[in-house]
Amino acid sequence: MSASLVLTPQQIKRKKAAGEPIEPNEGELIRQHTIMVLVENSIGSLIRVVNMFAARGFNVDSITVGPTADETISRMHVVTTGNERIIAQILRQLSRLVDTIEVSDLTETNYVERELCLIKVRYDARSRAEIMDVNTVFRGKVVDITPRTFTFELTGPTPKIDAFIDMMRNHNILEVARSGRVAMQRHQIPS
Amino acid sequence: MRYDSHTKIHPVVPSGDAIPEPGPEVFTAQQHLSGAEILLRSLQAEGVKIIFGHPGGAVIKIYDEMARTTPDFQHILVRHEQGGTHAAEGYAKATGKVGTVLVTSGPGATNTVTGIADAYMDSVPIVVFTGQVPTGLIGNDAFQECDAVGITRSITKHSYLVRDVKDLARTVKEAYHIARTGRPGPVLVDLPKDVLLAKAPFHYPTSVDIRGYTVPGTGRPDKIQRAARMIMASERPLLYVGGGAISCDATALLRSIAQRTRIPVTTTLHGLGAFPEEDPLSLRMLGMHGTWWANQAVQHSDLIVAVGARFDDRVTGKLDSWAPHANIVHIEIDQSCISKNVFADCAILGDAHLVLKQLDPLLKRKDTDAWLAQIEEWRQECPLEYEQDEKLRAQGVIEMLRDKTRGNAVVLTDVGQHQMWTAQYFRFLHPRTHITSGGLGTMGFGMPASMGAAFGLREMGSDMPVVCISGDGGFVMNAQEMSVAAAHKLPIKLAVINNRFLGMVRQWQELFHAERYSHTDLSDTNPDFVKLAEAHHCVGLCAKTNQQAIDIIDEAWTVHDRPVLMEFQVAKEEMVFPMVPAGAATGDMITQRIVPNSFV
Repeated sequence: MSASLVLTPQQIKRKKAAGEPIEPNEGELIRQHTIMVLVENSIGSLIRVVNMFAARGFNVDSITVGPTADETISRMHVVTTGNERIIAQILRQLSRLVDTIEVSDLTETNYVERELCLIKVRYDARSRAEIMDVNTVFRGKVVDITPRTFTFELTGPTPKIDAFIDMMRNHNILEVARSGRVAMQRHQIPS
Repeated sequence: MRYDSHTKIHPVVPSGDAIPEPGPEVFTAQQHLSGAEILLRSLQAEGVKIIFGHPGGAVIKIYDEMARTTPDFQHILVRHEQGGTHAAEGYAKATGKVGTVLVTSGPGATNTVTGIADAYMDSVPIVVFTGQVPTGLIGNDAFQECDAVGITRSITKHSYLVRDVKDLARTVKEAYHIARTGRPGPVLVDLPKDVLLAKAPFHYPTSVDIRGYTVPGTGRPDKIQRAARMIMASERPLLYVGGGAISCDATALLRSIAQRTRIPVTTTLHGLGAFPEEDPLSLRMLGMHGTWWANQAVQHSDLIVAVGARFDDRVTGKLDSWAPHANIVHIEIDQSCISKNVFADCAILGDAHLVLKQLDPLLKRKDTDAWLAQIEEWRQECPLEYEQDEKLRAQGVIEMLRDKTRGNAVVLTDVGQHQMWTAQYFRFLHPRTHITSGGLGTMGFGMPASMGAAFGLREMGSDMPVVCISGDGGFVMNAQEMSVAAAHKLPIKLAVINNRFLGMVRQWQELFHAERYSHTDLSDTNPDFVKLAEAHHCVGLCAKTNQQAIDIIDEAWTVHDRPVLMEFQVAKEEMVFPMVPAGAATGDMITQRIVPNSFV
């Protein structure tokens, strides 16, 4: 168990009784985790995973799902928030489902995470250049253009998408569609 | 047409994965069978001996097939689907086999929900087959349609909607495998009517391959070593044993380990019977209504070895003050139970029997004399007792039943005061002799479950009596199944502890809600229990005094061809003590000696 694991009240009491120090961050360390789940490719399996979060009162910040190279297996990414104890519980509850084939918390590993965003923005003669500048800085793609609107496609880590949308708030955002996060562990070269 | 006349169905060993190789002549007859027939044949191949069911439109084809052919299992027509699920639970708990339920769509399915939830909470292996409207009508709000899989998703271990008749046999095989293995639990199989009518060749698979499902077996050797070191180093060790020890058949080994190492044993409600309660090392039950000495032992122990138990809130009370000095070794088959409520210093994921087998050679006799002497002091300090006078009291009735059976009976209860008194006063000696609704706390569980248990014992050729102890509140919730038990001549002894109150709620109202007895008085709405029994073709007896109670128990044991209902009219003021109030610390038990003044 990692040192940052959040302690149960009973453990804290036990540590105190033994005169051991309790690290300040042992009380609470709540953060976002990206959990990858490989499940049987069926609507029932997907619902079972989502239902587990709802039935047991866990948070869900984002969910993505799609087939893998093996079409009988779907890959899900669930972004959830909680302390280490809750996350450990989520991982165990997910593994316990009959339909889950593999469950891992990517947050504990070296991984890449991406999100895709489509955003439709209204422009006029005055704002057009500025909007295009922002897009160039973020390396977005223009996927549709009309005399009044741009539609941009942007991929990247979630903070980048957030920042791009924040920049566009100065203009007239008509529509935003975000995919939710997908993630993958970087390949480990055996040492 | 008989099943065995044209296709030889290879017998499948019902309890394990060791499935005999099929002979070359097996499954050569590849004629196409209807889904209904495939279902019945699959059940036979699975070794199913009894089904609790209720027909209806969506499953009429299955019932027709039962009448047309003569399957070699028994179908018991229950009078309410909830009764059917509880009966299947009673059967499963008493025999260790998987219970089977067959109901129709819509209301048939929704009526099973309480039983499924009960089985889920208490890890009882049952498979529930529900009828469903034809696949083409699903989602159309058709007559008697309900989303059975959706409704039961969070109360089943797994569920299936069979869309293609070709998947049916494999699904049945998987359903029984999942229900029975690992931490057992309920599995639902939803069967659309058109799938039951469609035809396919029948082939019952001999093995199961579910890639996402693995069954824990032996424990990790390093963890075993560590647990053994922790046990040998401890001074005040305690075995805390739950229902998992019974479902893994670990009780004989557990007994020998405890007796050899001299480690005292406390059990949960579902662990009762896992360790003989008359053994000096038994501390009886722990928790909210456990014994004073078991809870004191927990609070002073330096090492708690949990075997197949899940640290339920009724066991721990307030978490941060539970077992403050103890390290925890947790032997558990369900990974999601590990460190859920109480952090496990050493968690061993595995089958309790296999893990204990690994641990056994590493453990030696310990010197626990001082620890046992201390526990003995607590035992003397606050024994289980109740007022002994001429009044008929529930605890007295339970002791009379114990004396009558000398502990050799399968005892089932409902939920409430009588359930706790049974746990406190019956003294269970053998595994699978105590069956109750613990996790969900389902009133109305006892009567139908005792029927299931009685069928199970009859199947096993056991003549152990089946005793159902209920309260007047819970008994009426599934009393209709009495006539089913009577029709099958089951000699169940039904003890109704009648205090004319919803006793446990009344107790809380008296202790914590200033004696405002809001809607717990049943004196106006209780039926005449003797007449109720007679109306259901059972014998009805009633006792109001201690002598009458002894007499009617003797009389009940002379009836062998039908259930006997014994109504015991007991004092309504009696409360269950000792007690840890909900959410309080285990150390703060209310014992009988300091009962509030309001106690009559």
